[in-house]
Amino acid sequence: MKVLVAVKRVVDYNVKIRVNSDQTAVETANVKMSMNPFDEIAVEEGIRLKEAGTASELIAFSIGPKQSQETIRTALAMGADRGILVETDTMVEPLAVAKCLKAVVEKENPDLVIVGKQAIDDDSNQTGQMLAALLGWSQGTFASNLDLSDGSIKVTREVDGGLETVDLKMPAVVTTDLRLNEPRYASLPNIMKAKKKTIDLTNPEELGIDISPRLTVLKVEEPAKRIAGVMVEDVAQLVDKLRNEAKVI
Amino acid sequence: MSVLVIAEHDNAELKPATLNTVAAATQLGDVDILVAGDNCSAVADTAAKIAGVGKVLKADAPALKTGLAENIAPMIVELSSGYSHILAPATTHGKNIMPRVAALLDVAQISEITSVVSADTFVRPIYAGNAMATVQSADAIKIITVRTTGFDAAPAEGGSATLEDVSNIMDAALSSFVGQELTVSERPELTSAKVVISGGRGMQSGENFPMLEEIADKLGAAVGASRAAVDAGFVPNDYQVGQTGKVVAPDLYIAVGISGAIQHLAGMKDSKVIVAINKDEEAPIFQVADYGLVDDLFEAVPALSAELDK
Repeated sequence: MKVLVAVKRVVDYNVKIRVNSDQTAVETANVKMSMNPFDEIAVEEGIRLKEAGTASELIAFSIGPKQSQETIRTALAMGADRGILVETDTMVEPLAVAKCLKAVVEKENPDLVIVGKQAIDDDSNQTGQMLAALLGWSQGTFASNLDLSDGSIKVTREVDGGLETVDLKMPAVVTTDLRLNEPRYASLPNIMKAKKKTIDLTNPEELGIDISPRLTVLKVEEPAKRIAGVMVEDVAQLVDKLRNEAKVI
Repeated sequence: MSVLVIAEHDNAELKPATLNTVAAATQLGDVDILVAGDNCSAVADTAAKIAGVGKVLKADAPALKTGLAENIAPMIVELSSGYSHILAPATTHGKNIMPRVAALLDVAQISEITSVVSADTFVRPIYAGNAMATVQSADAIKIITVRTTGFDAAPAEGGSATLEDVSNIMDAALSSFVGQELTVSERPELTSAKVVISGGRGMQSGENFPMLEEIADKLGAAVGASRAAVDAGFVPNDYQVGQTGKVVAPDLYIAVGISGAIQHLAGMKDSKVIVAINKDEEAPIFQVADYGLVDDLFEAVPALSAELDK
């Protein structure tokens, strides 16, 4: 069984982001970039399927500028077998990503695609569901456990009320939630080995996909700041303030 | 312009998130509601009473019972002609279904809007709410999920919508529901509670959460948690408040033993009054708190409980 995972290069989750001076975007120049944390979970899950003997090959896909090769290289160092980069400098929206992924899926024929449930930059939470729709496949979103059997996969999903389990006909698309696994760090020998693994380059034109954005970003602003309030001495003063000043209890 | 809202429900009750979504929809045009489920007449009747709703579309079939996106999305696509916008609350249910609808219609989705600027322009948070983007859509039909904390709930009473049955319901036979483990609680739902008390890593163990539950019961509050507390296994995933969990905006949010990581703040910083109890006076949570108390939570929380009885 072949598994495909998608990884996105995003501003590292530890970076305190800033809106640029002309309020058109978030500053990404000279900022540390990393693999989207949910995608790390996707890569880890793919590797575990390989280690369990369930998956025979793990492919890491990305779309973005040429630096996205580094993100794919990280996935290869973790344990993916080879990479595919759809190179573009255009800002890609989830629908465009899903279309490019679909084109690659049709070429590679994986039985399972695993993607992060959302990227921590645009917080869209769309790509996996869109890919499943375009392929006419089943979808298991916000997964916290996978249980594969012949031709189907049981996905435990983190939903608002708790957990839910669905049984999906394969091939399927799964999107990862936080509790699915804890991604490993790449070891130095594996980082060295990853340098020899191949990354195939293609681009949207070659795939025949129109990636023009459907949304125009008119403005990006910092949110209204909350002003720190007062420190109280003790619990009695706290309750008094809540009762008589804020009047919330 | 006509707007279709996808109702959030469990076949027995309409969930409050629907009302906030209707509020967003009324800013865009005439509102119809789709109630898709199985044996969901009671929900459809409740939906018909929401102020501002013109028509309730009831799709009632076993294939829709558990909200499988593979079965619901194609039906929404069939119903989409005649609507300029389709809105669903940004709950796990809405987030699961709507991108599938958008892709089938070959349009973008606008996720988690917090305000409506005009019929084609919306504000939505990005980077865990550390920036707000104003985006304009060029698509003929706008597929939108609504962050419920951005909109006051529409009145649940006062409307008298007509009811219409939806036929043509298909089972895509791609997926099936196996089971669920839902957290059973007498307390209000986290996302619609007026008061929320949340515990973080400082709680040290799940066995200490009853301390918070005791206060919750005195205040009519819901209990939440930070990602650290959920990851550590103190409480189930559905307690998580934050960028990747639930977004809440109660009148009062009490953060206990929570340091205030960016991703947690993203889920609660729109609360009206924030209280932080933490023994580390440098904790970032104090920068957003209206009232801060530097104290050991294992002393402060029982004291708070006693003080509330006075």
